[in-house]
Amino acid sequence: MSVQVKEKLAACFVWGAALLTVGALVIIIGYIMFQGLDRISISFLLENPRRMGSEGGIFSPLLGTIYFTLVTMLLAIPIGVGAAIYLTEFTAEGLLVRVIRFFTDALAGIPSIVIGLFGFAFFVVMLRPLTGGWSILSASLTAFCMILPIMIRVSEEALHAIPASIREGSLALGVSKWDTVLHVVLPGALPGILTAALLGIGRVIGETAPLLLTLGGSLLVPKSIFSPSRTLSMHLYLVAMETGEFSVAFATAAVLVMVILLLNLGGYYLMKHLGRRIRGA
Amino acid sequence: MKEKVYEKMLLFCAMASTLVVVLVGLFVFLQGYPLIAKTGFISFVFGKEWLPGGGVFGIFPMVIGTLAVTLGALVIGVPLGVTTAVFLAEYAPGIVTPWIRRAVELLAGIPSVVYGLFGMTVIVPLVRYTAVHWFGGVLSPEMKTGFGIIAASIVLGIMILPTIVSISEDALRAVPQEYKKGSYALGVPRWQTIIHNTIPAASSGIMAGVVLGMGRAVGETMAILMVAGNAPALPRSIFSPTRTLSGNIGLEMSYASGEHAQALFATGIVLFIVIMLLNSFALFIAGKGVKVR
Repeated sequence: MSVQVKEKLAACFVWGAALLTVGALVIIIGYIMFQGLDRISISFLLENPRRMGSEGGIFSPLLGTIYFTLVTMLLAIPIGVGAAIYLTEFTAEGLLVRVIRFFTDALAGIPSIVIGLFGFAFFVVMLRPLTGGWSILSASLTAFCMILPIMIRVSEEALHAIPASIREGSLALGVSKWDTVLHVVLPGALPGILTAALLGIGRVIGETAPLLLTLGGSLLVPKSIFSPSRTLSMHLYLVAMETGEFSVAFATAAVLVMVILLLNLGGYYLMKHLGRRIRGA
Repeated sequence: MKEKVYEKMLLFCAMASTLVVVLVGLFVFLQGYPLIAKTGFISFVFGKEWLPGGGVFGIFPMVIGTLAVTLGALVIGVPLGVTTAVFLAEYAPGIVTPWIRRAVELLAGIPSVVYGLFGMTVIVPLVRYTAVHWFGGVLSPEMKTGFGIIAASIVLGIMILPTIVSISEDALRAVPQEYKKGSYALGVPRWQTIIHNTIPAASSGIMAGVVLGMGRAVGETMAILMVAGNAPALPRSIFSPTRTLSGNIGLEMSYASGEHAQALFATGIVLFIVIMLLNSFALFIAGKGVKVR
């Protein structure tokens, strides 16, 4: 075989692999939408599930998802951004930072089901008087442990993107370190941090394994963060595995996929437009 | 003065992940240790029978199941992922690159239960069809359900693509331009340069991506629960239904109590150790690559 033919074949092979990868995405999303979209309606979103979720809508899991995501992000955003600020602004690379980085990477690698075991033993069983046992709060605390590393890493990237000259300019004017961070660095890094938050929300919504052990799986409308509940992804799993009612599972999956697509689009828009405006100012 | 307090608060935030790792390790070990001490580590890991009702806890079938499913996922995910990374780093025209990269990111964002549902309704029937029509004569009935190692490997193979693609692409892009230019200057064509020059130079980074993908495959729970069939028996062929370590926990924790629950925590210990070893290994080879360069 001549060299030219080999090169042509190799190019076809490489293009083929890329098309297959993108094709997998298109087929999965397309199939879920195709199967799920026609069942989605206003009443599907606003009716409570009946008969273990095989009939009715998805109102209570939807509400559970919103509560659970809100509480998780309320914990994860401040602590994640705080950690990122400390790591980028307040310390030089040293032993402490290396230790923190090591453990953050380690946490990112721990399987979510193992974090779920921890959440069950600690938040559900040991702290029952505080968290209400299986509850939105227990699940949020567990999910917070899980997404902390990704929040820290993406926020750190956002902070690193701010040029040193901007910090130095502020410090040279006699502004204190803390005020520089608060009024100069943070506003500039805001689009990046918001993107981190959207990424985090996407992961929290998609996660299911630790919730099996901490959220309780109740189909009732949650009264407070101390109530058990279930999220959309958990609902999808339980409906598909326990009732075999795939039309509801597909519709729930389609709602989930749409939410994930919107979050991704939002993150993209934020980085592109808000980022440019702030850099341009 | 006030600033010192703020700084301490930030330090606390930064230490949070360290605290969580220590707590996770501590709790899972404390809960699972009594059972391992009672059964003995060797007979727990290599015990072939898992009969929670009878107090017999051996996770060897799950160890093998995890291994089989992970290897299967690598067989599908690594060639596809690394080639896609080569495409992104070397072949893709400028306008295409960001779109493909976004598609890969989106692939990472799809919830694992959605992969599971797709697997249950598309891949499992396909595997079932193959098993019945092509291998119907040789397979026993439980291997003709479609649920099993093959279906789980295909689903997982797609799920680990993003990890492998993005880390391999970074590794390929980090190869100094001089390597490539030197090879081109000697008249070596593009594909030969990639095979003999770029990929070997990026191999430590690519390996790190593969090992991290492995970590993802070992830790994945939901999608596998939905397609693997979950029988706690040693698989006899790649069509056999199987259960993984993480699947074992996800499946039984909701109703387990007493020793049974302890055994699931002990399964968590084994999983925890495997993942820590894999990740340290990934860090080690990735670090080695930097030094060589």
